[in-house]
Amino acid sequence: MQALDDVVVLDLTQHIAGPYATKLLADFGADVIKVEPSSGDIARQLGPFKGDEPDIERSGTFFFLNTNKRSVVLNLASEAGRAAITALARRANVVVESFAPGVLDRLGLGWDFLHPIRPDLSLVSVSNFGQDGPYRDFKATDLVLYAFSGEMYSMGTTDREPVKMAGTAALIESGASIGAALMGTLWASKRHGIGQHVDISLSETHFGGVDRRHATAIAYQYSGRKTLRAGSQGGGMPGGIYPCADGYMDFTNASIRYDRVVDMLGSPDWATNEVVMDPMKRLDPEVIEEWNTNFLMWCLERTKREIWEEGRRAKMLCGPLFTMRDLFEDDHFRDRGFWHEVQHPDLGNVTIPGRPFQMPKGGWSIRRPAPRLGEHTEAVLREAGLSDAGITAASATDVST
Amino acid sequence: MTPKPLDGVRVIDLCVVWAGPFATMILGDLGAEVLKPENPFVFQPMTRGAIARPPQMMLERAAAWAGGLPGNVVGDRPWNYNPTFVSLYRNKKSFTVDLRRPEGMDVLGKLVAKADVVYENNATGTMEGLGITYDWLQQHNPNIIFVRVPAYGNTGPYAHARALGVHLEAVMGHTLLRGYDDADPSANTAIYSGDYLAGAQGAFAVMTALWHRERTGAGQLIEIAQAENAAAMFTQAIMDYSLNGRVQETIGNRDVNGRHPCGVYPAKSPGTSEDQGDHWVAISIEDDEQWQALGRALGNPAWTADPRFATNDGRTQHFREIDQHIAVFTAQVDDYELMNHLQAHGVPCAPVLEASRMFEDPHLRARDFFKKQTVEGAGTHEYVGPMWKLGETPVEFLQPPVTFGEHNDYVYHDVLGLSDEAYQQLKDTGHIATEYDASVP
Repeated sequence: MQALDDVVVLDLTQHIAGPYATKLLADFGADVIKVEPSSGDIARQLGPFKGDEPDIERSGTFFFLNTNKRSVVLNLASEAGRAAITALARRANVVVESFAPGVLDRLGLGWDFLHPIRPDLSLVSVSNFGQDGPYRDFKATDLVLYAFSGEMYSMGTTDREPVKMAGTAALIESGASIGAALMGTLWASKRHGIGQHVDISLSETHFGGVDRRHATAIAYQYSGRKTLRAGSQGGGMPGGIYPCADGYMDFTNASIRYDRVVDMLGSPDWATNEVVMDPMKRLDPEVIEEWNTNFLMWCLERTKREIWEEGRRAKMLCGPLFTMRDLFEDDHFRDRGFWHEVQHPDLGNVTIPGRPFQMPKGGWSIRRPAPRLGEHTEAVLREAGLSDAGITAASATDVST
Repeated sequence: MTPKPLDGVRVIDLCVVWAGPFATMILGDLGAEVLKPENPFVFQPMTRGAIARPPQMMLERAAAWAGGLPGNVVGDRPWNYNPTFVSLYRNKKSFTVDLRRPEGMDVLGKLVAKADVVYENNATGTMEGLGITYDWLQQHNPNIIFVRVPAYGNTGPYAHARALGVHLEAVMGHTLLRGYDDADPSANTAIYSGDYLAGAQGAFAVMTALWHRERTGAGQLIEIAQAENAAAMFTQAIMDYSLNGRVQETIGNRDVNGRHPCGVYPAKSPGTSEDQGDHWVAISIEDDEQWQALGRALGNPAWTADPRFATNDGRTQHFREIDQHIAVFTAQVDDYELMNHLQAHGVPCAPVLEASRMFEDPHLRARDFFKKQTVEGAGTHEYVGPMWKLGETPVEFLQPPVTFGEHNDYVYHDVLGLSDEAYQQLKDTGHIATEYDASVP
């Protein structure tokens, strides 16, 4: 068994944050019924595509975010589509959606419609800025959300514009937060029989998250101080990012445990002479600069893996800057079984990141690859008790049917 | 008080720094009782501050989020109002015990017997050094759920590698995937996105394991290797390598799906980056319709009608030229005015908000986002609100950021049922305190 294999999620979310949240539940056993329009989840149109051929069944992003789900194509604007949603909601523990605020109500499928179906059924609504307030209808992307709500202002150098995280990292963070909220609603339902409407603003998942945003706000309340957009962390012995023979290494300022630095370096004269061994003299910028010149030479003579091996042995806070190739080829992650191979009819054998955490009893498992568009329409609607005619009508794009 | 999803769940929080405490804060927000054992003789670095009693100069040199104490003075008990600490310790209870002594471990064992979850994210080996292993926990509570959050996992060649979030993100590729697209990565400053992800998923893991235990009666040991956990954030780069063998590189503020323009542009600024008065806006165009809307919002200057820019392919080819045009316009206008104006035309846009400005934001005010809390020694302030609005089981800040040893009476008397005599004995031997021992720097 899997931990959540008694949970049914009716998933009306698209793109990245919502689908990542429901992927978490699906990968731990939940039956996630992914309702898509006939054009498919927008993420199907986002790359990377296998062979760089854009196609709704070839998106790597969609593939990773939708493992273990079943896809049902429904026309939510039609009466038959509404009937299908009613039948599916009756069997679900939670409904989750990411339409623009107001759209679900206009479709006649909002909280007022869902709540009477079953009192312990919850509706989780995910939107950019929440279901009310002056920015309710504002548009956002990963960049816009993180700029406004995350701690982007502190990232980068003082002489330039702030700079964001990679890819859509901020939306994945929001997705994990939504995953926790979904489990919270499931527990409220299980423990207290409570169904509820949950309003999740992606923006607030960042204002209220970690990565300094919260702490910088409190620091301002307490002291009036604001956080400077920092330059490099240079000035340590060592501290910051250094080039080496085949890339870069990142070190956190280690002067508190200089003994470990000496250990990592193998006690060369330049790192053990009387001047640098004196904690007071070590504060002199000239001493630091000369030391760093020697350290840079030491790094340039070694590969990142060689340096990290010495760093690990000496308990240094450091890490190599890996490329994706480095990461895929790394023995540690491969031997731990992190990568996972999934078979897909259009993509063949695909390697994806595996478990987000190891849970030996009832834990992470891939039962099926991401669904092809509408792959499970018939099976799922039949399980929900729809007739052949009802099934055909529910997914028909023509609103008049 | 409204019912909460995790009423009746008790969590022992042996966490440090950010990733662990964020997970237990989420559990506390959802109604779990989170108990944090703290040692009056051992200061956990980067949790209640860098050191217990920092000299004034150290505060001033530290970044605001670490050194911005109330009124910029150290005060009597700085561990109670360090900004990073208070951001993670609402809805938790603190009691003190010295786990290095047998009678301290005896206290912990008795508490484990009455708990559901033990959560820790210390360096590999720290728990073992104290004698806290899954076996030991099971002796006190066979159905305990034990969550461990090592950097790279407790097995394999990196098991004992020391790391903060910034190092494991480097290993997972993030440091080479972010930062300016025209500078080398040595300019990349530290970020800690992995702590957010591991924290949120840690809370998810606990609730999933509790669900499993409810159905089967069985507890278990969960391991969240923070590095592995972080991978999902780099989905596009990972999948591009997986599907196509391509190694992606940083694209700065541009869109990972290649939609242009997408960037951060100067706005009219009241100051400079040195006084945190520099203002910037993020603008991100997703399709041709939004591109045309941007042109209208800017008053249809000639360059917006340039046929070279009509399609995304053209805009991709000429994005630096377009960025220059946009910047000339935005530099003359206030950032909030830009957001409101561009959004009215349907263009995704927002200021790159410096943290202190959130308290003046009309939308967050309209949504009643901030919550007032009073912390002993710090006074009353507004705090950042919860991540979600649950209609019937709302997140409430019932317990403000917890002071050191605030719940000694509750834990020893009410939970463990100690006699007054036994309580006094633990107090006399230094286990029970509300301050760090004078020997702690």
